[in-house]
Amino acid sequence: MNSDKPKKKLILERQKMSRQDPLLRSKNFKEVALGYTDEEAVVEAVRCIDCKKPLCIDGCPVEIDIPGFIRLIQQRDFLGSARKLKEKNSLPAICGRVCPQEDQCEKVCLVGRKGDPIAIGRLERFAADYERRIGNVEVPKLPAPSGKRVAVVGSGPAGLTIASDLAKMGHDVTIFEALHSIGGVLRYGIPEFRLPKAVLEAEVDYLRKLGVKIEKSFVVGRLRLLDEFLMDGFDAVFVGTGAGLPYFMGVPGENLNGVYSANEFLTRVNLMKAYLFPDYDTPVVVGKKVAVIGAGNTAMDAARCALRLGAESHIIYRRSREEAPARKEEVENAQEEGVQFHFLAAPVDVLGTPDGWVRALRLIRMELGEPDDSGRRRPVPVKGSETEFDVQTVVVAVGQGPNPLVPSTTEKLEVNKKGCIVADPATGETTKKGVFAGGDIVTGGATVILAMGAARKAARAIDKYLEGEFEGKYWSPTASSSSALEQ
Amino acid sequence: MFEIVEKKDLHETICLIKVTAGLIASKALPGQFVLIRIDEKGERIPLTIVDARDGLLTLIFQKVGKTTVHLGTLSKGDSLADVVGPLGKPSEIKKYGTVVCIGGGIGIAEEYPVARAFKEAGNYCISIIGARTKSLLILEDEMRAASDELLITTDDGSYGVKGLVIDELRKIIDRGKPISLVMAVGPVVMMKAVAEVTRPYGIKTLVSLNSIMVDGTGMCGACRVSVGGKTKFACVDGPDFDAHEVDFDLMIGRLKMYLADEKRSLEEFTKKQAVHS
Repeated sequence: MNSDKPKKKLILERQKMSRQDPLLRSKNFKEVALGYTDEEAVVEAVRCIDCKKPLCIDGCPVEIDIPGFIRLIQQRDFLGSARKLKEKNSLPAICGRVCPQEDQCEKVCLVGRKGDPIAIGRLERFAADYERRIGNVEVPKLPAPSGKRVAVVGSGPAGLTIASDLAKMGHDVTIFEALHSIGGVLRYGIPEFRLPKAVLEAEVDYLRKLGVKIEKSFVVGRLRLLDEFLMDGFDAVFVGTGAGLPYFMGVPGENLNGVYSANEFLTRVNLMKAYLFPDYDTPVVVGKKVAVIGAGNTAMDAARCALRLGAESHIIYRRSREEAPARKEEVENAQEEGVQFHFLAAPVDVLGTPDGWVRALRLIRMELGEPDDSGRRRPVPVKGSETEFDVQTVVVAVGQGPNPLVPSTTEKLEVNKKGCIVADPATGETTKKGVFAGGDIVTGGATVILAMGAARKAARAIDKYLEGEFEGKYWSPTASSSSALEQ
Repeated sequence: MFEIVEKKDLHETICLIKVTAGLIASKALPGQFVLIRIDEKGERIPLTIVDARDGLLTLIFQKVGKTTVHLGTLSKGDSLADVVGPLGKPSEIKKYGTVVCIGGGIGIAEEYPVARAFKEAGNYCISIIGARTKSLLILEDEMRAASDELLITTDDGSYGVKGLVIDELRKIIDRGKPISLVMAVGPVVMMKAVAEVTRPYGIKTLVSLNSIMVDGTGMCGACRVSVGGKTKFACVDGPDFDAHEVDFDLMIGRLKMYLADEKRSLEEFTKKQAVHS
């Protein structure tokens, strides 16, 4: 840093971002957070002290030049800022909205040691939104075509990221998506009020401009197998099929009418627009009182959707608030809107009416015991503490596993005990030559940005592979596949 | 894409359409299904692939809810927004010996490709098809061609033998000739009844479950059924399951989940149709 520069006074408080009023927003599906104005963005950007060793970049799984894009906002070069972001991240408007910045870039921000960390996520969102609003989206100059073709299976965060990275490297990329709309979990899982579909559409458009081809309603594993892709002339395949296998609680009564997996509930609402029924044809049944089991981001999304569909909405979680995996901001949003929280409670039974509908949950009170494998204190049921909790709808949001369709229809593709594809975390290499994987299908349910980070690494590896410079360690004939798998 | 190239009314309430879907048609096997969506606002519904050849899928549906009624108003030249598939595990076709194929109502459309495949695989194929009344009996000629013996029942006795398909099934069992496999598709109560008839004899019995579905790829869990006390997804684990293990009562309950919404949706659609015509 230039030592002649006058020392700036640290501004400790971050700029607030305006949000829709809780009373209003709990009744509509419009976006909750409204974003910064130009002035607010500049004031917030000026708080960045441009440290010599920017830790924030290390905190970002896709290595965005964070001080760089913030500096351009300080200089009011908002378009330049958006382009700086897109050098590393093709989906900034999405990441600016759904990334857990508080656990990543903002967690390590130096300003955060004295006051509030720089609102990196909000600034990212601002720059990306500015570019979209102005309509001046610039496509980088692409290298000469490599003549290599890559099939990307799944169009969620991992698939979109790797498609754009590989396209920018000059490869011919086709995305295959099983649903009729692009975006994977960004489309079916994240509600309109947290990620407007128009934002997603714009980022997908950017991919199309990069030359990425998209095949929708294409179920890989049924319509075409991975091996067939390799025979069809694709030089490599990336599998990013995500964690799309709903887990249930395993308690009696959970197949009663009125019990939804979070995936189904959110798919009906977000992808199929059940909140516009009967104008849209897909219904969702929501009783007067809804209980969502779990306290992750998916649970918050489901609880807030239920509220917007007119229900009294409750979150039921077996641990305490401190252990809740959801982002703090989302818990606060939910609470402000009127979602009610019940900590240290777990369902042991779903009770039904004589005609097969949910009428109540039997809940047991929990206490926190010793820490378990996850490092969190283990919830222990308190004997004899069962109570009945009247509800008409239950949404189970206790996590999801890897979608089994591709692994179960592909030979020589190893999966672990949980059904996740075995892949090298550094490269995405699987046990099958030419096939790479990343995101939730490898890690189990995680975050958007971690999936994107894995895709970024896999893109580099695939690029090397296509150039003949990648030495496979899992599929190399010298390494026995079993020893590679046990690592 | 997905153009309707042929449409035939098999009955006032039952339609046959042929849709262009080259890749799907080249892959489809007996027992598999597709999910279709008519337009942007439409829901995704599963329909069995009755036949797949020359790049065309043959689909047969009964007009019961808004989507199927809407589908029935489309004509040759119209297109569907999406056809996705082939989904589900194909039926296990091999030489079993004597196979009894049972189709009830619209379920005959689902039984037909399986029966044909069983016969082609060298099985002695006895088929029983039934409907409420003669006019609702579909694919009689096709089933006859796909079977070594064809038995027909109607509830009202207007055609074939008056009675239920299980009555004929009992007669076949009573003949004493060993039956290797019974495969039944139709209303859930019928499939349940078939399971109860074969259970005491230990005859392997399969049913194809037509659960409510949304994505059809194992992602949402809407189609879950209880089989052998375990939760299974009809879209990826099925649609064929061991009839003696299926919890049919639970399935009957789950199929009723959207009755009120379906009624409302259909009423709105009929109202709109009336305004337009």
